[in-house]
Amino acid sequence: MIYAIIILGALGLIYGLGLAFASKKFHVEVDPKIEAIIEVLPSANCGACGYPGCAGYAEAIVMNDEELNKCAPGGAAVVGEIAKIMDKEATAADRKVAVIKCQSGGANNTFFRYEYQGVTTCKAAVIVNNGPNLCAYGCVFQNDCIAACKFDAISLDENGMRIVDKEKCTGCGACVKACPRNLIELASEKKRVHILCSSHDKGADSRKACGNKTACIGCGICVKKCPKDAIELQNNLAVLNYDLCIMCGICADACPTGAIIDPLKEARALRKAEAKKKADAAIAAKAAAEKGSAPEGE
Amino acid sequence: MGLKTFPGGVHSHDNKEYSRQAEIIAMPLPGKVYVHLSQHIGAPAKAIVKPGDEVLAGQKIAEAGGFVSIPMHAPISGKVTKIGSYPHPAGTTGTAIEITGDGEDKWVELIDDAKYNCLSTDEMKKRIAEAGICGMGGAGFPTHVKLSPPADKPIDTVILNGVECEPYLTADYRLMLEQPEAILEGLRLLMKIVGAKQGIIGIEANKPDCIKLLRKATAGDKTIRIDALKLKYPQGAEKQLIYACTRRKVPNKGGLPMAVGVVVQNVGTAIAVYEAIRYQKPLVERVITVSGKIVKTPRNIKARIGTMYSELLDFCEGTTEDIYKIISGGPMMGFAISNLDTPMVKGSSGLLLFNKKEAAKDAEHTCLRCGACVEVCPMNLAPSLIVNNAKYQDWGLVEKYGVMDCMKCGSCAFICPAQIKLIQWIDIGKLEVGKRMRSRSQVGKA
Repeated sequence: MIYAIIILGALGLIYGLGLAFASKKFHVEVDPKIEAIIEVLPSANCGACGYPGCAGYAEAIVMNDEELNKCAPGGAAVVGEIAKIMDKEATAADRKVAVIKCQSGGANNTFFRYEYQGVTTCKAAVIVNNGPNLCAYGCVFQNDCIAACKFDAISLDENGMRIVDKEKCTGCGACVKACPRNLIELASEKKRVHILCSSHDKGADSRKACGNKTACIGCGICVKKCPKDAIELQNNLAVLNYDLCIMCGICADACPTGAIIDPLKEARALRKAEAKKKADAAIAAKAAAEKGSAPEGE
Repeated sequence: MGLKTFPGGVHSHDNKEYSRQAEIIAMPLPGKVYVHLSQHIGAPAKAIVKPGDEVLAGQKIAEAGGFVSIPMHAPISGKVTKIGSYPHPAGTTGTAIEITGDGEDKWVELIDDAKYNCLSTDEMKKRIAEAGICGMGGAGFPTHVKLSPPADKPIDTVILNGVECEPYLTADYRLMLEQPEAILEGLRLLMKIVGAKQGIIGIEANKPDCIKLLRKATAGDKTIRIDALKLKYPQGAEKQLIYACTRRKVPNKGGLPMAVGVVVQNVGTAIAVYEAIRYQKPLVERVITVSGKIVKTPRNIKARIGTMYSELLDFCEGTTEDIYKIISGGPMMGFAISNLDTPMVKGSSGLLLFNKKEAAKDAEHTCLRCGACVEVCPMNLAPSLIVNNAKYQDWGLVEKYGVMDCMKCGSCAFICPAQIKLIQWIDIGKLEVGKRMRSRSQVGKA
């Protein structure tokens, strides 16, 4: 008993001294800045910065002078903190959010060619007979994007549509990669006008295929009306260049199918209607005044 | 003596009773046919006619798009009315030539070459290539390519596949019963072309009448053997058939039957080869089984390539119940299609219709790790490992466990007690691993 205690105690002492010596002798200098930055980063390990996890990005900032504004989930606050640690000037990148470019969703507003019974992922659904829905470009409703989102930002609304919560979305782009139909694009959160259709079918076909009746039919009216030439037709589909878009909403007003959305469209229409009413009233009043004054002139 | 077979596989009810007794019956000429340019493995054919052209039956309307490709011929006489996009029985859409028939069935001149047995092998191969023959068992590999192995791979055995292990299908069965002479003549020609000394016809034990008939017909011929094989799926898969008949193992990782000195052809292909060499008749018709519990009169129909499935079903007097699922090919390896207005192709062996009860499927459950799929896999893979790694998107492991060796026979999905749709997961795995392999080879080249 006593020998066991002595032997184990001696062994423990020898190894302890060895380890203490090794840790002094072979000490690796880690830049404290890296650890400070790891502390600041949101540790979502989403990969939006292009590095394997937050630690990888922190190392790249310190060692390779990587730009400071690459953390999408962190946003402006984190950029500020990192700038403080690195003692550099930095401005936050424009915050981007996911936009799902298909307005169809769920069984209510989609036409199906057949009932899908297979594996419940989008990737699997699109390889069976080119997907169950009539539109060969639309959403197939197996929710790969929802599963891919680490921030719980994509959800289903009451109509079965996939909607992006702009507050929760960090623009990491995981859903963009997950969607086998390439329906999701990242756009600046400030952008308001979007073309929500991805169908390259010819106009008549895409109109027939869309259960929501909001397909882009490639008519080109928006291309003609856009004052900034921000829209172009690519293979029967209007594509918006967000860099040029000034969000005037003219395209959304002109779109015959409602493929282009602008949340202010209705308010603008209302305003226009009111203005028209006023103008009409003014004209009527003027006419009445003229009529009224006419006898006087006689 | 025990019946020959291979390790693994599943026993399912063969459901052949619906159409077993139905003699092959030629269908009246369809009003319109739609000839797909891609009916085979390899480069699509190139159309050489344009809308408005008058064509005779058997006239070439599209030429081969390369060596691994076949030409297409007009199945009926009439006028080319459109070249457009039509649904393909593989579940996709593809370019097809629409021919509106004149109802007269005027053929190009077919010569009965009495000395067809004395032709050189090159001439025979040329006639096969010109006739546009591809494997008629389902996969559709161009036959002349299969018959042209490199010089360092001598072929000593030709196996004719009369197994027809897919449930429901009886087209090959009826062919063997009704045209045994043409099949044997085709086999002898195939043996001559590749210089094989031995010919084997493999037939599953559920067709005893075929085995008896063919054994009688080859009684004096020492070079041809009829093998009775155990009733088991997938007995008719190429590698499993070779193993059962010759005990030779085709290597995994992309090995071909020629590596063990064997060429396998379907019995239907043998008849097409015989007709192509003797009469120079192109492949414009084939026998297809239309079957299912709900089909009023299940039939084995000799129909022109490009006939719409809907017309075939009309010829079988339609169905007794609402159609819930349509399968082009056999129930195990065929494709579910969404539209009966799909034209048949050279590889279409069956059209099966099911009602809602027959096609019902349960939801997937978690893998029980029971190992049933490993036991039945005829390729000695571990399907559960492939699928579980595909679920977690670990494509490296999916590749390591041999997803590319899988022939998608469906035995694992058939046996799985947890109703896991293994084949669909494997399909996803094949796509992703294929992408990785391609990008790797591109990196290698650069």
